[in-house]
Amino acid sequence: MATPLVGYLLVAALLFAIGLAGALTRRNAILVLIGIELMLNAANLNLIAFWRYGPHPEALTGMMFAIFSIAVAAAEAAVGLGLVIAVHRHAQTTDLDQINRMKG
Amino acid sequence: MDFVFWLLAAITVGGALAAVTLRNLVHCALALTVAFGGLALLFLNLDAQFAGFAQILVYIGAVAILVVFAILLTRSSETPKDGGVFSRTWFTGLVIAAGVFAVLGGALLRSQAGLPHDAPAPAVTVQQIGTALMGRYVLPLEIIALLLTAALIGAVIVARHEKEGTE
Repeated sequence: MATPLVGYLLVAALLFAIGLAGALTRRNAILVLIGIELMLNAANLNLIAFWRYGPHPEALTGMMFAIFSIAVAAAEAAVGLGLVIAVHRHAQTTDLDQINRMKG
Repeated sequence: MDFVFWLLAAITVGGALAAVTLRNLVHCALALTVAFGGLALLFLNLDAQFAGFAQILVYIGAVAILVVFAILLTRSSETPKDGGVFSRTWFTGLVIAAGVFAVLGGALLRSQAGLPHDAPAPAVTVQQIGTALMGRYVLPLEIIALLLTAALIGAVIVARHEKEGTE
């Protein structure tokens, strides 16, 4: 049977694929952002899992990386959703198939 | 590889799947919260208490609320009348995602032997994390503070409603 680390890494890979599928297949801009958040979270799960089963967990490297990554993801979500709201005000839609011009 | 891990993995993956497939965006946001909660519990299961509670505070407490606000402000909760919720190029996206998962999973299963096996739970206290944040990681911490301030101001400026002729 697989080791615990492989189980966590497989869950993270599956989560990343689900987030990527959501970001690539959905029409709504907010759903694309949700997919990106899921991918960032999958990366965080990888970092924490390697920290837990790595040779030097007391050095806290993986844990710190994950905490900083959480903070960066929060900033990204705030700016991204602000952009979606601004685009919606301008184009009256969040449907990415209809937003196909950079100008006007 | 115990029962708790599989239960949490099922909750997380199920929530994530529901978040990207449901039609109503409010339901998607709720499913996303479930996925974030499952991830936080997985962090706790990995003996990363601080990261787990930070995940609950930041993602369930802030990001999920922000997503709900964005959905309600853009009235996206109404399902589009013309066709489905998936983009015209959904099949390509699905193939790319499946390919990425196949590559990641294949690489993982093939490198199983080289990965570290079960290790004793690391005895890391929040005090140690705080000391590390104030010592070795103080520069990244300051940069994160700057980034969060810039993101706060930037999000307000981007989303601010500019009335006609107030320039």
